[in-house]
Amino acid sequence: MSGKVDRSGLEAAMRPAARLKRIGALIGKESKQIMRDPSSILIALVLPLILLFIFGYGVSLDARQTRIGLVIESPSAVTEELAASFDGSRYFSVQRASDRRTFETALVEGRVRGIVVIPAAFTEDVSAGRQPQVQLLLDGGEPNTASLVDGYVRGVLAGWAQQRAVAAGAAAEPAISVAPRYWFNAELESRNFLVPGSVAIVMTLVGTLLTSLVIAREWERGTMEAIMATPVTAGELLIGKVVPYFVLALLSMTLCVVLAVFQFGVPLRGSLIALYILSATFLIPALGQGLLISAATKNQFLASQVALVSAFLPAFLLSGFIFEIGSMPWPIRLLTHIVPARYLIPGLQSVFLSGDVWPLFLTNMAAMLVIGAVFFLLAARNSRKRLQ
Amino acid sequence: MWLRLKALIIKELLAVLRDPRSRFVLIMPPLMQLLIFTYAATLEVKNVDLMVLNRDGGYWSGELVRRLEGAPTFRSIRFTRDPEALHRAIDEQQVIAAIGIDAGFSREISAGRPASVQLILDGRRSNASQIVGNYVSQVVSTLGGETPAGEQAAALTPALVERNWFNPNLDYQWFIVPSLIAEIGMLIALILTSLAVARERELGTFDQLMVSPLSAREILLGKLIPPLLLGLAQMTFFVVAAVFFFKVPLRGALLPLYGSGLFFLASVVGLGLFISSLCKTQQQAILGAFLLLVPATTLSGFATPIDNMPGWLQPLTYLNPLRYFLVVAKGVFLRDLPLSEIVLQTAPLALIALVTLSAAAWLFRRRME
Repeated sequence: MSGKVDRSGLEAAMRPAARLKRIGALIGKESKQIMRDPSSILIALVLPLILLFIFGYGVSLDARQTRIGLVIESPSAVTEELAASFDGSRYFSVQRASDRRTFETALVEGRVRGIVVIPAAFTEDVSAGRQPQVQLLLDGGEPNTASLVDGYVRGVLAGWAQQRAVAAGAAAEPAISVAPRYWFNAELESRNFLVPGSVAIVMTLVGTLLTSLVIAREWERGTMEAIMATPVTAGELLIGKVVPYFVLALLSMTLCVVLAVFQFGVPLRGSLIALYILSATFLIPALGQGLLISAATKNQFLASQVALVSAFLPAFLLSGFIFEIGSMPWPIRLLTHIVPARYLIPGLQSVFLSGDVWPLFLTNMAAMLVIGAVFFLLAARNSRKRLQ
Repeated sequence: MWLRLKALIIKELLAVLRDPRSRFVLIMPPLMQLLIFTYAATLEVKNVDLMVLNRDGGYWSGELVRRLEGAPTFRSIRFTRDPEALHRAIDEQQVIAAIGIDAGFSREISAGRPASVQLILDGRRSNASQIVGNYVSQVVSTLGGETPAGEQAAALTPALVERNWFNPNLDYQWFIVPSLIAEIGMLIALILTSLAVARERELGTFDQLMVSPLSAREILLGKLIPPLLLGLAQMTFFVVAAVFFFKVPLRGALLPLYGSGLFFLASVVGLGLFISSLCKTQQQAILGAFLLLVPATTLSGFATPIDNMPGWLQPLTYLNPLRYFLVVAKGVFLRDLPLSEIVLQTAPLALIALVTLSAAAWLFRRRME
């Protein structure tokens, strides 16, 4: 008798309409919680602003006006010409002296990044038609800057030699010239690829960090068990938890796009539909990872740290956002394949800078869906198992 | 007072070390960062895939391709005859750069006339493609120096004799590992402290502390000293790893490094305590710490030089403790930075520590009353 009642109750509970109603109620509850907690809003709306601001203005890989010391051991008209070439370069801010010791302390203390020495024999070598020599002391403590400065110094020297050759009657053009054309970003603004990339970081923050934190809190406080004691199934619960953050992440993404286009002047050459489809696909693994972390840790502090290490840092470091994946050692290259952001970054950069490249998008979306499915399955298993 | 303080410090340390989760935080994130950062965070460009559309069948174009194949930067070179295929390869990011050589390239060069190659680069990855562009230009200009028309200018180009101070082979790890000592020190000290108060408040154990005979100052010191000790322990671990595992040369003295490090950690702990006294829940404290960490790491000179930032933004970095300690950590390791310079960088840290700790103490007292 009582078994029969139970079963009809169960059947009623499994009806689609009842399901939808429960999911709706869960979504409503979760949304209210987001709105009431200032820290969620902080992460979803203020942090994107800060990140975009940083990547739009603060982080720049373009070295301009690097401070160097120029040492001319014995000045002449020839060395003056070469010095003028250095002065004229937009990459350097040049200080001059006649003794390299003037700059040696400055190099140790990082006040100049390189010392160019034009030795005493330079003028004589040039007039005798011998190949002259220039010395360059670089600050190896900053290897990036050092290799940039090295390249720029070579450029200045080659330009100067070309000028002299022209003056001596050679053709004005170099024997073989290279005409580089940078497609999609002719002005080579690093902002144009950093700002789209930071959209992926923002969505990782909302999708994984915030989600894992909030759900871990429910586990920690025991309210998760309370919800699970109701007729809600594990699947419904996951959907109810995830949908509000899905919407929130898309809102942050929209905010970023508006800022990118109108504040930072990043072009948006692809379609908005492609942008939203890509972002929505990315949120599946991102939210799945958040759920998995919260179900596995059941503790806010731990969840935040795991999310930091497994989602935020990889989105930054292992996604091709700043550092080229191809340059990494192979074990790390292998590791990048399970980082969802790795599949979003090329899509984002294309939608902004080149346009819709569907073959590229579709393969990346497939990869994100696979990773997302794995995360969701693991999360569902983890939530159920812990309850029994 | 000392006895009570000692008891509190021991309790705080035990609370962190006995808790498996806190232990996880002390060990895993730093270790992961150390391994991933040092190996992944390189702005070098290697294993580059290239496409060549060669319409010239002559000697010089063949020589150019051979040299590109021989250059260690390039992993593979694909050939095509179809401009459409080239277009697609760039669009879909199969290659980062493509070279076009026109028919008659070799003929022009042999005749002593200037010739040119086209280079198409993927501007979506503007940094990497810029570096690839430089590599290709270098190969081309070396080749140009051997052509009949180029020999003259090549003979005039000064030979560059370079020497890299502090780091002869420009080993990127020598730069990143000392930087990480500073960066992770900040992460650990900030997270541990910002959570210290918020967690106790959320669990209600903070009230227990307040009804104990401890004064506000003692509680504050009890919250300040354990993260400092843990931060120093962490730093020691990293110094040992840097010297013995990554073989980074340690040219300066350790004492100034630790002296400066103490002020650095104190300023960060002050920030952490300040955040945690502002927050009501753990979640707010975690997110607050995070909100501070992101700009603090990116605007410190850690990833990109402060000199590259726009002029109006640079003064803002003076408020960032990480900025100063990065100079000290890298300086002590590689440059044997003079003591005067270390003091110069540590003075602002002391000032920041004074301000943040007093602010935290003030907020702390106000909350307690």
